[in-house]
Amino acid sequence: MGTTATDATAAIAVNRFGLGKRASEPLPSDPQHWLLDQIGQYTAQPPAFAAMQATRDIATNYANDREKLQALDGDAKIALRQELNKAARLLYRSEIDARGLNALQTPTPFMEALVHFWSNHFAVSADNPPMLSLAGAFEREAIRPHITGRFTDLLFAVEQHPAMLIYLDQIRSAGPDSLLANRARKRNADGLPGINENLAREIMELHTVGVGSGYTQKDVTEFALALTGWSAGGMGGKADTSEAGIFQYRPGLHQPGDRLIRRRVYGPLGEDQAGAVLKDLASDPATARHIATKLCRHFISDTPSKAAVDRVSKAFLSSDGDLPTVYRALIESPEAWVAQATKIKTPWEWLVSAMRGLDYPDLGKASFSNLLNQLGQPVWLPRSPAGYDDIAASWLAPDALVRRVEVSQRLAAKADRSLKPDELASNLLGNTLSSTTATEINRAESIQTGIALLLVSPDFQRR
Amino acid sequence: MTNRRDFLRLAAIGAGSMLVAPRIVFANVATDRRFVFIIQRGAADGLNIVIPYADPAYAQLRGKLAIDVADAIKLDGTFALHPSLGNMGTLYTNWQALFVHAVASPYRERSHFDGQNVLETGGTSPYQLRDGWLNRLVTLLPKSADKAIAFAPTIPAALRGSADVTSYAPSNLPEAPDDLLLRVAQLYDKDQQFHPVWSAAMEARGFFKDMETRQNPAAAGRTAAEALVRTDGPRIAMIETSGWDTHSGQDNRLGNQLKALDAMIDAMRDGLGDAWQQTTVLVATEFGRTAAANGTGGTDHGTATTALVLGGAVQGGRILTDWPGLAASALYENRDLKPTMDLDALIAALAAETFGLDPERTMKTLFPNRPFDRSLHGLINT
Repeated sequence: MGTTATDATAAIAVNRFGLGKRASEPLPSDPQHWLLDQIGQYTAQPPAFAAMQATRDIATNYANDREKLQALDGDAKIALRQELNKAARLLYRSEIDARGLNALQTPTPFMEALVHFWSNHFAVSADNPPMLSLAGAFEREAIRPHITGRFTDLLFAVEQHPAMLIYLDQIRSAGPDSLLANRARKRNADGLPGINENLAREIMELHTVGVGSGYTQKDVTEFALALTGWSAGGMGGKADTSEAGIFQYRPGLHQPGDRLIRRRVYGPLGEDQAGAVLKDLASDPATARHIATKLCRHFISDTPSKAAVDRVSKAFLSSDGDLPTVYRALIESPEAWVAQATKIKTPWEWLVSAMRGLDYPDLGKASFSNLLNQLGQPVWLPRSPAGYDDIAASWLAPDALVRRVEVSQRLAAKADRSLKPDELASNLLGNTLSSTTATEINRAESIQTGIALLLVSPDFQRR
Repeated sequence: MTNRRDFLRLAAIGAGSMLVAPRIVFANVATDRRFVFIIQRGAADGLNIVIPYADPAYAQLRGKLAIDVADAIKLDGTFALHPSLGNMGTLYTNWQALFVHAVASPYRERSHFDGQNVLETGGTSPYQLRDGWLNRLVTLLPKSADKAIAFAPTIPAALRGSADVTSYAPSNLPEAPDDLLLRVAQLYDKDQQFHPVWSAAMEARGFFKDMETRQNPAAAGRTAAEALVRTDGPRIAMIETSGWDTHSGQDNRLGNQLKALDAMIDAMRDGLGDAWQQTTVLVATEFGRTAAANGTGGTDHGTATTALVLGGAVQGGRILTDWPGLAASALYENRDLKPTMDLDALIAALAAETFGLDPERTMKTLFPNRPFDRSLHGLINT
């Protein structure tokens, strides 16, 4: 199969911006339009997620289960707890499978890549049973519906989702002069309610303006006070009778008074006090720069040029955080289309692109989440609110490469025996296929070896 | 670069009693001394590890989180050790544990990621230096003739540098046949990024095959010891632990974390046998936590904290601190334990004494731009 310059650009569109070429799909004839059109074609609720539960249901079940658990003791309690933990792991795995299935089947792979990007930017980590149960729902409810809107709306959806409120310890954070604290003081309770700074800090440090953008510890504390009252129902324990799994403002936890945050005074607006701060953070030039840098790092290179970041950042600011405008600026950056691919695929990107390349109609019998564990990047488990690193130094390590070879061998062993590895290589990579890789694939003693070599080739591991 | 330094690393992905099972990296140098750096990622709460029970403000600031000295391991008239650290208490009694308090790196903000970067690189601000102090320490030591081995997906910042890195981690996947491995080697031959990584992977294959790879803190301690005790084995190890970020539910979580740490150190001591007498173990974290409890049964990001120094070579059985006190006026920014000792100077002194290096030169190499503290000596038997 011959390739042309247009094919090369098309291969960049599907591999760098998308989730990797499917063997059976033709290359797009107009790569830029192919990407831009996806913004309009994107659906937040594709069929792969049809069977998934809403947070409200997950949280209601969770609250009921906890009630049952509290009524028991001894061995019965241990047995039920084990059963519930197992159920949480199964739920988590089914969410990963649904995400994987959708990544194979989606007609809008660029948009799905953006979902994965935002989900990692606003990372939660499935470190315990409640987070195992909610991580998938968080992505489906807080991220997916908002990636084609304004950044502010995405930010609100994320910070008000029960998963984030629980993950960053916000639900019980209470002002030292709140009604709740005053009552506790009156009855001489030994543990007084107080604030927890975790969410306030990570919103500024990771989600919006970014570390080093000039905010102080005082700003973090004041923002944490403004955030008091932002909570979620159901998962907070015994006395919680409110509706499970939805954002809830609890006036009794809120710290009264004005707040001074980043040299601005925020009046006593109750729930909206933190909302006003969030809006200002969302439209701050430092946020524009932070988001632009991360987007360029993800789609262009580990060390994106200042010109590209400036362009995307400017689009963010001038459009008031209109995400389609931001994506357009990214796609229209000449830096994004250089022939030399420099991004090394993350384990997730690599596995998904390999399965797409081999035209998997669905996950088949692959134990998808186990493979990702073996490759070193379990979904929604970065163990840190900073998410997974987006640079090659974090992935390109000796044992990680050996794992990819092992997984390639496994995928290749199951691949269709009528495949021709050399044709598949030029089908998937266009003229980004190097002569070394082409030669080694041709020399392979079997179809299976040829396919495995294709999947672990530097050409295929870069995008 | 002619001096070849190799690192070993064991990744253990899975749940131990620490939220994430510890991960180990090793480096080979020609010496009989052993140096182990255990990083506590997430900001460990020094005030509940080495507890200033006699400080009048402690109980009041900590409220329900305050640990009763009756439950703790009393060290002296001021400090007690967290009840989960039984083995470390025994080390203290045997003059093999030195606890350092109110210590901090030069970092004064409260971001985990930046704080860890400063701790590991030895810079004065985040991302100022690209390589890590442990890597630079290796450059001061005689090169080992032995091949290096390592484990795991990424290298922690403290060990990053100009070194050749190799890693290996046991997997549940079927092993790839040699034929495929040879073909992959040819495939990567001309790729400047993939070639060195693959060569390193192939060197590492098999080296640790007989070793225990179970994924819990005690097993990590044993594995580290098994490697460090070998005559042809590495001499420097770094173990990464996480799960110290106790914003809520601190009592149980910190108790479990410390129990795991205590078991890990004990397994390491046991596995090292006589070599324990040649060993220095440093346990340190990026920064401490607030002096007061927060409103959700935990503590928030703070400043000064503890560092634990353990090993047969340690001049222990004492607490090293210029205790600033916890009175409101003594707190840093009205909220945190005030740093009165420099963690960088402590690390340099420990490294210099462990390996018999010139202390000032060690400080300059490990922590350029940081003041050398002549008064810190006599920590390790040389």
